[in-house]
Amino acid sequence: MAEKILMKGNEAIAISAIRNGVDGYFGYPITPQSEVMETLMKEKPWETTGMTVLQAESETSSINMVYGGACTGKKVMTSSSSPGLSLMCEGISYLAGAELPCLIVNVMRGGPGLGTIQPSQSDYNQCVKGGGHGDYNAIVIAPASAQDMYDFVDWGFDLAFRHRTPVILLADGIVGQMMEKVELHDPKPRMTKEEIRAAAPWATTGKTSDRKYNIITSLALESDVQEKFNRKLQEKYRHICETEVKYTEYMTEDAEYLLVAFGCASRICEAVVDQLRSEGIKAGMLRPVTLFPFPSKRIAELSGQVKSMMSLELNMGQMVADVRLAVNGACPVGFYGRQGGNIFTPDEISEEFKKFNNLK
Amino acid sequence: MTIEDIKKHGDIVYRKTPLLTDTVMHYCPGCSHGTVHKLIAEVIEEMGIQQDTIAISPVGCSVFAYNYLNVDWEQAAHGRAPALATATKRLNPEKYVFTYQGDGDLASIGTAEIIHACSRGENIVVIFINNGIYGMTGGQMAPTTLLGMKTATTPYGRDAKLNGFPLVIAPMIAQLDGTAYITRQAVHTAPAARKAKAAIRKAFEYSQKGIGLSFVEIVATCNSGWKMSPVAANKWMVENMFPKYPLGDIKDVLKKE
Repeated sequence: MAEKILMKGNEAIAISAIRNGVDGYFGYPITPQSEVMETLMKEKPWETTGMTVLQAESETSSINMVYGGACTGKKVMTSSSSPGLSLMCEGISYLAGAELPCLIVNVMRGGPGLGTIQPSQSDYNQCVKGGGHGDYNAIVIAPASAQDMYDFVDWGFDLAFRHRTPVILLADGIVGQMMEKVELHDPKPRMTKEEIRAAAPWATTGKTSDRKYNIITSLALESDVQEKFNRKLQEKYRHICETEVKYTEYMTEDAEYLLVAFGCASRICEAVVDQLRSEGIKAGMLRPVTLFPFPSKRIAELSGQVKSMMSLELNMGQMVADVRLAVNGACPVGFYGRQGGNIFTPDEISEEFKKFNNLK
Repeated sequence: MTIEDIKKHGDIVYRKTPLLTDTVMHYCPGCSHGTVHKLIAEVIEEMGIQQDTIAISPVGCSVFAYNYLNVDWEQAAHGRAPALATATKRLNPEKYVFTYQGDGDLASIGTAEIIHACSRGENIVVIFINNGIYGMTGGQMAPTTLLGMKTATTPYGRDAKLNGFPLVIAPMIAQLDGTAYITRQAVHTAPAARKAKAAIRKAFEYSQKGIGLSFVEIVATCNSGWKMSPVAANKWMVENMFPKYPLGDIKDVLKKE
């Protein structure tokens, strides 16, 4: 049987990175995710797997260290929280422009500005819609438990290398700080030099006589070159949207009302569905697990089945715009959210849900 | 007589190193970049480390350095080259990793990255081209622009009260425990270029000794930005840049007293 350990979501990220053959972690302390680097430093993986762990001078620097490591075909990652992600946006744009695989963990807190260190989901737009400059998307995956935090590290790198793109693991202060049982899967070794050369022929592994020298760049001064590259990127994103959408559903089979929630909010909404069902109201829930690509197709299908949808978020209403786009007017779409580290209770959601749907 | 015949006689006194590609350089005639590129290429060839070298280009005129040197390249965001180099080297310690950065890139937007790479003692080489101006964006003031020097953003000359003082990087980072070798060179004459090449070679050799960061500043001309002929620019550099940025070794931790 696989080992089960009680740990924080943030610790699960660190342990998973070591056990899944990650080559390098570069980070900067920020609440509520500092346990990621603290755990890595305590575990000393450079003595076991050979993983590099480095505390950078800023998030600007840590994301550029990730860029440098990714250039060489290594599995590299960073983690931060909202204000740190803002600083990383330059780097993420460059990573997308240079088509480099990497994992960026954002354990969200409330903003704007320095905001609060309490949990929030207010970086949905920043991470899902871009954040940095230019026409790009990162794949965004949203964990809802400590187990997800553990599992999504490996999944995130799979996605990153399959599509040569940065992947953002969009967590929040609740998932990061909450302690839960985590099942540890069999460890994976780090890739060997030969495996990297085979898997990443584009990487800066050193010019050998059997190939031309590799250049990793996002510079394309000529208009036609830049446009052609952007069309290629869009083609890649279309392919990602066709092949990588992931979501879970709860009691949607006969649902007349749909709740849509991601991350920790989806766990609260499960309780809301149970509560409404016990009152005879046929509610169900859809949890987007990938935020980009967004499960628009499934939401559109469900919009023909349900009387209404409601997006529940720990922000002032961000994902709801994507729900509305998917629904395209086919049914009413409501929103309820809390901010600043305040978290809605099942009762509170239930009341707002009934208000929106004119139910007693 | 064909070229092959000439080669047979062993009469070759000079040849272009194969570490330089055949791509025609975009640099202005008289610019120092081409000479410095050639010196680096020759050092890599002579050391036989082509497949062990990873180069990192900056933002600025030399962003296109990757078109000219026949090694693997990473192109960094403005100022971030030392961060890329840090991870590249730590994850691939057997490689020779160098950054190539101008004064706007290294001494302005990238000060945090260079200072901390120096302070951590990253085992990398930094080639710092200091011509006191932003070349690619059209000749604006750089942190290293001399007082009184006219640029696109100091059209009446750099005024300390308005624009601050020139930033002198090399002695500053020489104070940091993580640096091993700091030198300031130029390439305006053949003897200067030979010295610069020896310095670059030493920096590359030091970077594999695990003793910290090696830094080669090249005081350079930007005759287009300075609005001078190449010859006048060299003269102006000797008379004005050298007093503020004197040539020579500033730190060498392996030098016996």
